[in-house]
Amino acid sequence: MSTPAGYRREAARVHPPHDHPSYASTHKRAPRYAPVAIEHTLSEITGPGLARETPAPGGNENDMTHFNGGEALGERIIVTGRVLDEDGRAIPHSVIEIWQANAAGRYAHAEDQHQAPLDPHFAGIGRVITDDRGAYRFMTIKPGAYPWRNHHNAWRPNHIHFSLFGPSFATRLITQMYFPGDPLQALDPIFNSVPDNSARGRLIATFDMEVTIPEHALGYRFDFVLRGRAATPTLS
Amino acid sequence: MSLPQTPSQTIGPFFKPALVRSGQESLITSESRGERVTIEGRVLDGDAAPVSDAMIELWQANADGRYDHPDDSQEKLLDPDFHGFGRAATDERGRFRFYTIKPGSVPGAGNILQAPHINVSIFARGLLKRLITRIYFPDEPLNAVDVVLNAVAPERRSTLVARIESAERPGVLRFDIILQGENETVYLGV
Repeated sequence: MSTPAGYRREAARVHPPHDHPSYASTHKRAPRYAPVAIEHTLSEITGPGLARETPAPGGNENDMTHFNGGEALGERIIVTGRVLDEDGRAIPHSVIEIWQANAAGRYAHAEDQHQAPLDPHFAGIGRVITDDRGAYRFMTIKPGAYPWRNHHNAWRPNHIHFSLFGPSFATRLITQMYFPGDPLQALDPIFNSVPDNSARGRLIATFDMEVTIPEHALGYRFDFVLRGRAATPTLS
Repeated sequence: MSLPQTPSQTIGPFFKPALVRSGQESLITSESRGERVTIEGRVLDGDAAPVSDAMIELWQANADGRYDHPDDSQEKLLDPDFHGFGRAATDERGRFRFYTIKPGSVPGAGNILQAPHINVSIFARGLLKRLITRIYFPDEPLNAVDVVLNAVAPERRSTLVARIESAERPGVLRFDIILQGENETVYLGV
Protein backbone atom coordinates (compact mmCIF):
# COMPACT_ATOMS: atom_id res chain seq x y z
CA MET A 1 0.00 0.00 0.00
CA SER A 2 1.24 3.50 -0.69
CA THR A 3 0.50 6.20 1.84
CA PRO A 4 -0.45 9.57 0.33
CA ALA A 5 1.97 12.46 0.81
CA GLY A 6 2.14 14.06 4.22
CA TYR A 7 1.61 17.74 4.90
CA ARG A 8 4.09 20.58 5.13
CA ARG A 9 5.18 21.62 8.60
CA GLU A 10 4.25 24.73 10.54
CA ALA A 11 5.97 27.66 8.88
CA ALA A 12 8.67 29.32 11.00
CA ARG A 13 7.75 32.61 12.74
CA VAL A 14 4.14 32.37 11.52
CA HIS A 15 2.61 30.56 14.49
CA PRO A 16 3.03 31.82 18.05
CA PRO A 17 5.34 30.09 20.50
CA HIS A 18 3.65 28.30 23.41
CA ASP A 19 5.41 30.50 25.91
CA HIS A 20 4.64 34.17 25.31
CA PRO A 21 5.49 36.10 28.50
CA SER A 22 3.18 39.09 27.92
CA TYR A 23 0.17 36.72 27.74
CA ALA A 24 -0.17 35.72 31.38
CA SER A 25 -2.23 32.57 30.78
CA THR A 26 0.73 30.97 29.00
CA HIS A 27 2.91 31.03 32.13
CA LYS A 28 1.55 27.86 33.72
CA ARG A 29 0.21 26.26 30.56
CA ALA A 30 3.12 26.31 28.10
CA PRO A 31 4.95 22.96 28.00
CA ARG A 32 8.62 23.11 28.99
CA TYR A 33 9.74 20.31 26.70
CA ALA A 34 9.97 20.77 22.93
CA PRO A 35 7.49 18.64 20.98
CA VAL A 36 8.75 15.31 19.62
CA ALA A 37 8.65 15.60 15.83
CA ILE A 38 7.05 12.63 14.09
CA GLU A 39 6.67 11.53 10.47
CA HIS A 40 3.22 11.85 8.99
CA THR A 41 1.35 8.56 8.84
CA LEU A 42 -2.26 7.73 8.05
CA SER A 43 -3.03 9.08 11.54
CA GLU A 44 -1.99 12.61 10.58
CA ILE A 45 -2.94 12.54 6.88
CA THR A 46 -6.53 11.58 7.59
CA GLY A 47 -8.79 13.65 9.82
CA PRO A 48 -12.28 14.76 10.73
CA GLY A 49 -14.01 17.79 9.28
CA LEU A 50 -17.12 16.62 7.55
CA ALA A 51 -20.29 18.48 8.39
CA ARG A 52 -21.54 15.55 10.45
CA GLU A 53 -18.69 15.93 12.94
CA THR A 54 -19.80 19.25 14.30
CA PRO A 55 -23.18 20.31 15.56
CA ALA A 56 -25.34 22.78 13.74
CA PRO A 57 -25.81 25.71 16.12
CA GLY A 58 -29.45 25.97 15.18
CA GLY A 59 -31.19 28.79 13.44
CA ASN A 60 -29.75 30.35 10.35
CA GLU A 61 -26.13 29.28 10.55
CA ASN A 62 -24.70 31.80 8.13
CA ASP A 63 -26.72 34.75 9.43
CA MET A 64 -25.88 35.52 13.05
CA THR A 65 -27.83 38.81 13.03
CA HIS A 66 -31.17 37.19 13.94
CA PHE A 67 -31.68 35.12 17.06
CA ASN A 68 -34.52 34.25 19.36
CA GLY A 69 -37.13 36.02 17.27
CA GLY A 70 -35.42 39.36 16.89
CA GLU A 71 -32.66 41.37 15.31
CA ALA A 72 -29.27 41.80 16.94
CA LEU A 73 -28.03 45.27 17.81
CA GLY A 74 -24.87 46.65 16.24
CA GLU A 75 -23.21 47.21 12.92
CA ARG A 76 -24.13 44.47 10.43
CA ILE A 77 -21.19 43.08 8.48
CA ILE A 78 -20.58 40.44 5.81
CA VAL A 79 -17.43 38.34 6.16
CA THR A 80 -16.44 36.34 3.11
CA GLY A 81 -13.36 34.66 1.68
CA ARG A 82 -11.85 31.34 0.73
CA VAL A 83 -10.14 28.48 2.48
CA LEU A 84 -7.04 27.51 0.51
CA ASP A 85 -3.92 25.44 1.00
CA GLU A 86 -0.37 26.69 0.53
CA ASP A 87 -0.49 25.75 -3.16
CA GLY A 88 -3.57 27.91 -3.63
CA ARG A 89 -5.86 24.91 -3.96
CA ALA A 90 -9.40 25.38 -2.70
CA ILE A 91 -10.49 23.35 0.33
CA PRO A 92 -14.12 22.54 -0.48
CA HIS A 93 -16.92 21.23 1.76
CA SER A 94 -15.01 22.00 4.94
CA VAL A 95 -16.60 23.18 8.17
CA ILE A 96 -15.79 26.56 9.70
CA GLU A 97 -17.07 27.19 13.23
CA ILE A 98 -17.45 30.81 14.34
CA TRP A 99 -17.88 32.57 17.69
CA GLN A 100 -17.61 36.15 18.91
CA ALA A 101 -18.66 38.83 21.39
CA ASN A 102 -21.69 41.03 20.71
CA ALA A 103 -21.57 44.68 19.63
CA ALA A 104 -21.04 45.74 23.26
CA GLY A 105 -18.07 43.41 23.71
CA ARG A 106 -19.84 40.71 25.73
CA TYR A 107 -19.99 36.98 25.04
CA ALA A 108 -23.19 35.03 25.65
CA HIS A 109 -21.24 32.84 28.08
CA ALA A 110 -21.81 32.32 31.80
CA GLU A 111 -18.20 33.08 32.65
CA ASP A 112 -18.03 36.41 30.83
CA GLN A 113 -18.40 38.90 33.69
CA HIS A 114 -17.74 42.07 31.67
CA GLN A 115 -20.25 44.75 32.70
CA ALA A 116 -21.65 45.25 29.23
CA PRO A 117 -25.16 44.33 28.10
CA LEU A 118 -26.07 40.96 26.68
CA ASP A 119 -28.14 41.07 23.51
CA PRO A 120 -31.06 38.61 23.65
CA HIS A 121 -31.04 38.53 19.86
CA PHE A 122 -27.37 37.73 19.41
CA ALA A 123 -25.88 34.35 20.33
CA GLY A 124 -22.53 34.97 18.67
CA ILE A 125 -22.36 31.45 17.23
CA GLY A 126 -22.20 30.50 13.56
CA ARG A 127 -21.09 27.75 11.25
CA VAL A 128 -20.47 27.70 7.52
CA ILE A 129 -19.32 25.04 5.07
CA THR A 130 -17.07 25.98 2.18
CA ASP A 131 -18.44 25.52 -1.35
CA ASP A 132 -16.78 23.84 -4.35
CA ARG A 133 -14.37 26.79 -4.67
CA GLY A 134 -13.50 26.79 -0.97
CA ALA A 135 -15.53 29.97 -0.51
CA TYR A 136 -17.57 30.90 2.55
CA ARG A 137 -19.75 33.87 3.46
CA PHE A 138 -21.76 34.86 6.52
CA MET A 139 -23.46 37.89 8.04
CA THR A 140 -22.90 38.97 11.62
CA ILE A 141 -22.49 42.01 13.87
CA LYS A 142 -19.17 43.72 14.27
CA PRO A 143 -17.92 42.56 17.70
CA GLY A 144 -17.00 45.12 20.33
CA ALA A 145 -13.70 45.40 22.16
CA TYR A 146 -13.70 44.18 25.76
CA PRO A 147 -11.43 44.36 28.81
CA TRP A 148 -9.60 41.31 30.14
CA ARG A 149 -7.44 40.95 33.18
CA ASN A 150 -4.16 40.07 31.54
CA HIS A 151 -2.53 43.31 32.71
CA HIS A 152 -3.62 46.76 33.89
CA ASN A 153 -6.24 48.27 31.54
CA ALA A 154 -5.95 45.42 29.04
CA TRP A 155 -8.45 45.41 26.15
CA ARG A 156 -8.88 42.85 23.39
CA PRO A 157 -9.14 44.35 19.91
CA ASN A 158 -12.29 43.59 17.92
CA HIS A 159 -12.02 40.00 16.72
CA ILE A 160 -13.95 36.95 15.55
CA HIS A 161 -12.88 33.39 16.48
CA PHE A 162 -12.67 30.70 13.77
CA SER A 163 -12.19 26.93 13.98
CA LEU A 164 -11.21 25.07 10.80
CA PHE A 165 -10.44 21.42 10.09
CA GLY A 166 -9.18 21.30 6.54
CA PRO A 167 -8.60 17.87 4.97
CA SER A 168 -6.52 16.21 7.70
CA PHE A 169 -5.57 15.98 11.37
CA ALA A 170 -2.43 17.95 10.45
CA THR A 171 -4.36 20.91 9.01
CA ARG A 172 -6.54 21.67 12.05
CA LEU A 173 -6.46 25.40 12.88
CA ILE A 174 -8.09 27.68 15.43
CA THR A 175 -7.46 31.37 14.92
CA GLN A 176 -8.88 34.89 15.25
CA MET A 177 -9.68 37.50 12.60
CA TYR A 178 -9.12 41.18 13.39
CA PHE A 179 -10.40 44.38 11.76
CA PRO A 180 -8.40 47.01 9.88
CA GLY A 181 -7.47 50.23 11.65
CA ASP A 182 -7.97 48.99 15.23
CA PRO A 183 -5.55 50.84 17.60
CA LEU A 184 -5.81 48.05 20.19
CA GLN A 185 -3.93 45.58 17.98
CA ALA A 186 -0.57 47.18 18.75
CA LEU A 187 -1.23 46.66 22.48
CA ASP A 188 -2.63 43.12 22.39
CA PRO A 189 -0.40 40.27 23.62
CA ILE A 190 -2.43 37.62 21.77
CA PHE A 191 -2.29 39.36 18.37
CA ASN A 192 1.39 40.16 18.93
CA SER A 193 2.23 36.55 19.85
CA VAL A 194 2.63 35.96 16.10
CA PRO A 195 6.36 36.58 15.62
CA ASP A 196 6.43 37.75 12.01
CA ASN A 197 5.01 41.17 11.19
CA SER A 198 3.55 40.18 7.82
CA ALA A 199 2.04 37.02 9.33
CA ARG A 200 0.30 39.20 11.94
CA GLY A 201 -0.99 41.38 9.14
CA ARG A 202 -2.63 38.33 7.57
CA LEU A 203 -4.91 38.07 10.62
CA ILE A 204 -6.49 41.41 9.69
CA ALA A 205 -9.48 41.35 7.33
CA THR A 206 -9.66 43.68 4.32
CA PHE A 207 -12.52 46.15 4.04
CA ASP A 208 -14.10 45.70 0.61
CA MET A 209 -16.86 47.89 -0.83
CA GLU A 210 -17.60 45.11 -3.34
CA VAL A 211 -18.71 42.89 -0.48
CA THR A 212 -21.00 45.43 1.16
CA ILE A 213 -24.75 45.26 0.74
CA PRO A 214 -25.92 48.81 0.02
CA GLU A 215 -28.20 50.22 2.73
CA HIS A 216 -27.64 47.08 4.83
CA ALA A 217 -24.17 45.79 5.75
CA LEU A 218 -20.46 46.57 5.37
CA GLY A 219 -18.17 43.94 3.87
CA TYR A 220 -14.87 42.34 4.80
CA ARG A 221 -12.70 39.77 3.05
CA PHE A 222 -10.65 37.19 4.89
CA ASP A 223 -8.91 34.17 3.35
CA PHE A 224 -7.53 31.26 5.34
CA VAL A 225 -4.43 29.36 4.21
CA LEU A 226 -3.99 25.90 5.72
CA ARG A 227 -0.91 23.71 5.43
CA GLY A 228 -0.44 22.16 1.97
CA ARG A 229 0.79 18.75 0.92
CA ALA A 230 4.47 17.99 1.11
CA ALA A 231 6.08 17.74 -2.32
CA THR A 232 7.22 14.13 -2.17
CA PRO A 233 4.78 11.30 -1.57
CA THR A 234 5.74 8.84 1.12
CA LEU A 235 6.05 5.44 -0.55
CA SER A 236 5.87 2.49 1.71
CA MET B 1 2.13 29.24 -6.30
CA SER B 2 2.89 29.37 -2.62
CA LEU B 3 0.66 31.12 -0.13
CA PRO B 4 1.76 31.79 3.45
CA GLN B 5 -0.01 29.93 6.26
CA THR B 6 -2.60 31.64 8.44
CA PRO B 7 -1.24 31.94 12.01
CA SER B 8 -2.80 30.13 14.95
CA GLN B 9 -4.43 32.02 17.83
CA THR B 10 -5.77 30.82 21.16
CA ILE B 11 -9.26 29.33 21.47
CA GLY B 12 -9.78 31.69 24.45
CA PRO B 13 -12.16 31.03 27.36
CA PHE B 14 -15.54 31.46 25.65
CA PHE B 15 -15.72 28.67 23.07
CA LYS B 16 -18.00 26.16 24.76
CA PRO B 17 -21.42 27.33 23.52
CA ALA B 18 -20.12 27.46 19.96
CA LEU B 19 -18.00 24.33 19.78
CA VAL B 20 -19.05 21.75 22.36
CA ARG B 21 -22.31 19.79 22.42
CA SER B 22 -23.42 17.02 24.74
CA GLY B 23 -23.02 13.71 22.92
CA GLN B 24 -19.80 14.56 21.12
CA GLU B 25 -17.85 12.82 23.89
CA SER B 26 -19.26 9.50 22.66
CA LEU B 27 -17.71 8.17 19.45
CA ILE B 28 -19.88 5.07 19.45
CA THR B 29 -23.42 3.82 19.02
CA SER B 30 -24.74 0.47 20.24
CA GLU B 31 -23.93 -0.87 16.74
CA SER B 32 -20.27 0.20 16.57
CA ARG B 33 -17.81 -2.69 16.24
CA GLY B 34 -15.00 -3.13 18.72
CA GLU B 35 -13.96 -3.35 22.35
CA ARG B 36 -15.58 -0.55 24.39
CA VAL B 37 -13.30 1.74 26.36
CA THR B 38 -14.06 4.76 28.48
CA ILE B 39 -11.20 7.24 28.68
CA GLU B 40 -11.15 9.57 31.67
CA GLY B 41 -8.63 12.14 32.69
CA ARG B 42 -7.87 15.61 33.89
CA VAL B 43 -6.05 18.52 32.31
CA LEU B 44 -3.63 20.09 34.81
CA ASP B 45 -1.36 23.13 34.58
CA GLY B 46 2.18 23.72 35.87
CA ASP B 47 0.86 24.14 39.43
CA ALA B 48 -1.14 20.91 39.11
CA ALA B 49 -4.26 23.12 39.14
CA PRO B 50 -7.21 21.93 37.05
CA VAL B 51 -7.66 23.53 33.63
CA SER B 52 -11.40 24.09 33.44
CA ASP B 53 -11.48 25.69 30.01
CA ALA B 54 -9.77 23.18 27.73
CA MET B 55 -11.23 21.42 24.71
CA ILE B 56 -10.02 17.93 23.83
CA GLU B 57 -10.55 16.34 20.40
CA LEU B 58 -9.98 12.71 19.47
CA TRP B 59 -9.38 11.23 16.02
CA GLN B 60 -8.96 7.51 15.62
CA ALA B 61 -9.24 4.49 13.38
CA ASN B 62 -12.05 1.96 13.72
CA ALA B 63 -11.76 -1.48 15.31
CA ASP B 64 -10.20 -2.89 12.13
CA GLY B 65 -7.59 -0.14 11.94
CA ARG B 66 -9.11 1.97 9.17
CA TYR B 67 -9.73 5.71 9.25
CA ASP B 68 -13.04 6.97 7.86
CA HIS B 69 -11.33 9.27 5.37
CA PRO B 70 -10.75 9.20 1.59
CA ASP B 71 -6.95 9.10 1.97
CA ASP B 72 -7.11 5.78 3.85
CA SER B 73 -7.34 3.26 1.01
CA GLN B 74 -6.51 0.15 3.06
CA GLU B 75 -8.52 -2.95 2.22
CA LYS B 76 -10.19 -3.03 5.62
CA LEU B 77 -13.86 -2.58 6.42
CA LEU B 78 -15.34 0.80 7.20
CA ASP B 79 -17.84 0.81 10.06
CA PRO B 80 -21.02 2.78 9.26
CA ASP B 81 -21.47 3.21 13.02
CA PHE B 82 -18.03 4.56 13.76
CA HIS B 83 -16.47 7.70 12.29
CA GLY B 84 -13.66 8.31 14.77
CA PHE B 85 -14.09 11.93 15.87
CA GLY B 86 -14.89 13.05 19.42
CA ARG B 87 -14.82 16.35 21.27
CA ALA B 88 -15.25 17.29 24.93
CA ALA B 89 -14.63 20.27 27.17
CA THR B 90 -13.13 19.95 30.62
CA ASP B 91 -15.34 20.68 33.63
CA GLU B 92 -14.62 22.90 36.64
CA ARG B 93 -12.29 20.21 38.02
CA GLY B 94 -10.43 19.84 34.75
CA ARG B 95 -12.05 16.49 34.01
CA PHE B 96 -13.01 15.01 30.65
CA ARG B 97 -14.43 11.66 29.56
CA PHE B 98 -14.83 9.88 26.21
CA TYR B 99 -16.70 6.73 25.26
CA THR B 100 -15.08 4.94 22.35
CA ILE B 101 -13.55 1.67 21.15
CA LYS B 102 -9.97 0.48 21.07
CA PRO B 103 -8.78 1.15 17.50
CA GLY B 104 -7.07 -1.45 15.37
CA SER B 105 -3.47 -1.00 14.22
CA VAL B 106 -2.72 1.22 11.25
CA PRO B 107 0.50 1.20 9.22
CA GLY B 108 3.08 3.89 9.88
CA ALA B 109 6.35 5.03 8.40
CA GLY B 110 7.98 2.31 6.30
CA ASN B 111 4.70 0.37 6.39
CA ILE B 112 5.57 -0.83 9.91
CA LEU B 113 2.43 -1.43 11.94
CA GLN B 114 1.82 1.22 14.60
CA ALA B 115 0.53 0.26 18.02
CA PRO B 116 -3.18 1.07 18.51
CA HIS B 117 -3.49 4.75 19.40
CA ILE B 118 -5.85 7.70 19.46
CA ASN B 119 -4.73 11.08 18.10
CA VAL B 120 -5.45 13.95 20.49
CA SER B 121 -5.67 17.74 20.04
CA ILE B 122 -5.75 20.02 23.08
CA PHE B 123 -6.94 23.63 22.97
CA ALA B 124 -7.28 26.06 25.89
CA ARG B 125 -7.04 29.65 26.97
CA GLY B 126 -3.31 30.27 27.25
CA LEU B 127 -2.47 27.83 24.46
CA LEU B 128 -1.66 29.99 21.46
CA LYS B 129 -1.65 26.87 19.28
CA ARG B 130 -2.95 23.39 19.86
CA LEU B 131 -1.03 20.68 21.62
CA ILE B 132 -0.95 17.26 19.99
CA THR B 133 -0.44 13.96 21.74
CA ARG B 134 -1.45 10.30 21.40
CA ILE B 135 -3.21 7.90 23.74
CA TYR B 136 -1.70 4.40 23.64
CA PHE B 137 -3.15 1.34 25.38
CA PRO B 138 -1.71 -0.62 28.30
CA ASP B 139 -0.64 -4.26 27.91
CA GLU B 140 -0.30 -3.82 24.16
CA PRO B 141 2.61 -5.84 22.71
CA LEU B 142 3.00 -3.49 19.71
CA ASN B 143 3.88 -0.60 22.04
CA ALA B 144 7.40 -2.04 22.27
CA VAL B 145 8.04 -1.52 18.54
CA ASP B 146 5.93 1.59 17.89
CA VAL B 147 7.98 4.20 16.01
CA VAL B 148 6.47 7.19 17.81
CA LEU B 149 6.78 5.71 21.30
CA ASN B 150 10.37 4.80 20.52
CA ALA B 151 11.11 8.39 19.45
CA VAL B 152 10.30 9.49 23.02
CA ALA B 153 12.82 9.38 25.86
CA PRO B 154 12.11 6.15 27.81
CA GLU B 155 11.49 7.95 31.10
CA ARG B 156 8.73 10.08 29.50
CA ARG B 157 7.11 7.35 27.38
CA SER B 158 4.60 6.34 30.04
CA THR B 159 2.86 9.74 29.75
CA LEU B 160 1.48 8.51 26.40
CA VAL B 161 0.05 5.24 27.71
CA ALA B 162 -3.37 5.19 29.36
CA ARG B 163 -3.58 3.39 32.70
CA ILE B 164 -6.13 0.86 33.90
CA GLU B 165 -8.19 2.90 36.36
CA SER B 166 -8.97 0.07 38.76
CA ALA B 167 -9.85 -3.63 38.72
CA GLU B 168 -13.38 -2.70 39.79
CA ARG B 169 -13.90 -0.58 36.67
CA PRO B 170 -13.16 -2.79 33.67
CA GLY B 171 -12.95 -0.92 30.39
CA VAL B 172 -12.10 2.39 32.05
CA LEU B 173 -8.73 3.89 31.18
CA ARG B 174 -7.11 6.91 32.77
CA PHE B 175 -5.21 9.48 30.69
CA ASP B 176 -4.21 12.73 32.37
CA ILE B 177 -2.90 15.63 30.32
CA ILE B 178 -0.19 17.56 32.19
CA LEU B 179 0.49 20.80 30.34
CA GLN B 180 3.68 21.68 32.20
CA GLY B 181 6.01 20.57 34.96
CA GLU B 182 6.55 17.26 36.69
CA ASN B 183 5.31 14.37 34.54
CA GLU B 184 4.57 16.78 31.69
CA THR B 185 2.77 14.90 28.92
CA VAL B 186 4.80 14.31 25.78
CA TYR B 187 3.54 16.49 22.92
CA LEU B 188 4.16 15.69 19.28
CA GLY B 189 5.34 17.89 16.42
CA VAL B 190 3.07 17.00 13.53
